Amino acid sequence: MGEYTTQELISIFAMQGFAGISLFSVLLLMALGLAIIFGQMGVINMAHGEFMAVGAYTTYLVSVLSEQYFPSFVPYYFIFAILLSFFIAGALGYLAEFALIRHLYKRPLDTLLATWGLSLIMQQAFRSIFGAREVSPTLPEWLLGSYQPTETIDIPLNGLFVLGLTLVVTIGVFILMYRSSWGLRVRATVQNRVMSGAVGINTKKIDRLTFALGCGIAGIAGAAFTTIASTGPTTGSLYIVDTFMVVVFGGAGSLLGTIVSAFSIAQGQSILEFFISGSMAKVITLLSIVIFLMMRPEGLFASKVRK
Amino acid sequence: MKSKFLLSKWRNVLGVALGVTMAANLNIATAAGANTTGLAVTDKEVTVGILHSLTGTMAISETGAQEAEKLAIKQINESGGILGRQIKIIQEDGASDWPTFAEKSRKLLVKDKVAAVFGCWTSASRKAALPVFEKENGLLYYPTFYEGLEQSKNVIYTGQEATQQILAGLDWVKKEKKAKTFYLIGSDYIWPRTSMKIARKHIEKVLGGKVVGEEYKPLGNTQFGSTINKIRLKKPDVIYAAVVGGSNVAWFKQLKAAGITSKKQTLLTISVTEDEVLGIGGENLEGFYSIMKYFQSQDNPNNKKFVKAFKEMWGDDSVIGDVTQAAYLGPWLWKAAVERAGSFDVDKVVAESEKGDIELKTAPEGYVKLHKNHHLWSKARVAKWKKDGQAEVVFTSDLIEPDPFPKGYQ
Repeated sequence: MGEYTTQELISIFAMQGFAGISLFSVLLLMALGLAIIFGQMGVINMAHGEFMAVGAYTTYLVSVLSEQYFPSFVPYYFIFAILLSFFIAGALGYLAEFALIRHLYKRPLDTLLATWGLSLIMQQAFRSIFGAREVSPTLPEWLLGSYQPTETIDIPLNGLFVLGLTLVVTIGVFILMYRSSWGLRVRATVQNRVMSGAVGINTKKIDRLTFALGCGIAGIAGAAFTTIASTGPTTGSLYIVDTFMVVVFGGAGSLLGTIVSAFSIAQGQSILEFFISGSMAKVITLLSIVIFLMMRPEGLFASKVRK
Repeated sequence: MKSKFLLSKWRNVLGVALGVTMAANLNIATAAGANTTGLAVTDKEVTVGILHSLTGTMAISETGAQEAEKLAIKQINESGGILGRQIKIIQEDGASDWPTFAEKSRKLLVKDKVAAVFGCWTSASRKAALPVFEKENGLLYYPTFYEGLEQSKNVIYTGQEATQQILAGLDWVKKEKKAKTFYLIGSDYIWPRTSMKIARKHIEKVLGGKVVGEEYKPLGNTQFGSTINKIRLKKPDVIYAAVVGGSNVAWFKQLKAAGITSKKQTLLTISVTEDEVLGIGGENLEGFYSIMKYFQSQDNPNNKKFVKAFKEMWGDDSVIGDVTQAAYLGPWLWKAAVERAGSFDVDKVVAESEKGDIELKTAPEGYVKLHKNHHLWSKARVAKWKKDGQAEVVFTSDLIEPDPFPKGYQ
């Protein structure tokens, strides 16, 4: 280590810290939508990754269209694409709940199979519409490159952007779930469906909107990930494992658990990756999660419900 | 989707028609003798198979290969076919699933009795199909550059084996960039690992350089933050990369975002062709180098003709990568061997191929010759990527002899 200056070591330390935080924001953004659907509603949505892909493809489409028809719009299209991704993925989620999920609430294992089927259908639809090749939207200039606070530190701008977006979405979800009357009704429905119905909450409508919200957030995540990776028909299946891992490890039903879980997995993973190889880091991360869940099946934060 | 539907319909019609003609011609065919050795060959037609993934993760890569094979077959048919027979294609979908490749190979060889198969892409799919080809004595033309360590009587390898791709590129970077330290990074499966093993031996034993890091990421991994910091710490002269699939895109996007660009860093990759650039984006690759045997921008009359014909058949915005070109060679090499043998019989065709003097002077990559070890003599090329997704060839090696079992590198 003698050949490095203190300055360089501090820089790398700082950048490594940011790599961990950046991974944290990615995991959290992926998991938020699922935390709502799986955590709050108890629906195992295997098609969650595909709803992310819907967001990613929407972003790609907006990028292509704005390049062709409104070149002056190109620097700003990304913000618009994120909003549109939210609404399109949300609308599709609304439709999926109406057509499929609502018939299966009492059969959780069947939802697993049904949503897996849905994910295959969606993958094939992407393939037929957009082709098998992976696509990438053209990113606006302000998302490319790095921010240099000092000579030796490079902080990726896309990482900063995802971090900011995650913050906004997380705060938004928290306000919606814990500070709004709608959130109150969602939580009431989760805790006791029959009772909520009895006091006049339209639980069917709540279910549908909750599912749509979860899918919409997946859409936002998909849009944001186009800054990091590419989009193909099977992109969604890449993310689904990590997403479930974060939610289950955090404890289903606890949004705070999801945050803490995403943070610990991300930091563990990125520190390990720095010292050992990528594949081994992943193995060790997964192994520790398995061991932890064997000892504490309910995850980091369990919601205390009287059984 | 539409074309695929039509194709399968067309295939059924063809199958029936073929069966009828074959039955009708049975006596004549046996009389004609030499050309019908239990294969689907009539006096007018010869049937071949194309076996690539049209669905699943690998469809991204394999689309180009099957397009090139169809182009070659179309051109051969237009110029009169092989031994006076038109080539008919039966296409099967390997669906990115290795057992499916084995199953479809068996179907093509046993049921359809095709005279040759052009197909497979990943090593895994080839390894799955190989036992079937050996048992049924079929003939496979395999287009992908791969890790070597294989030579089967029933396979002709039209891509480059590992040493043909790796060694010349490393020599070049040592000479041109005065590179001494290397950081090796790849996806975690057989091809990158074998390639890196060969690269490490060459760097340490032949070039006298040093490998300062070697790392493999799981397939599909999209987070390279920590790896990039490690690279910063080690300050290698060259990053030597074999990351594949979706990871590849994440890897280059994140390098760029981390401020590691060609201005500061030399990067040499063996896993990026024009096909991958579509997903990665030229702006993320600008100034980095790829080693392949073929680039679409190659300036020679063969290639100009090939690119023009390819775009006419498959659309103006199609791009042609290394494997696509190698796949294009398959039908032509087969034609040359069959015509010399005067027969479609697999043993005879292989015997001609093994004489080691079948040449293709019309190859888009320039010139190739089939070696008796079933691989091609070819040149390695280093090219520098430009923003528009095309590459400029900066170095071309001499013709390299294929050596699938390199001594001292295993």
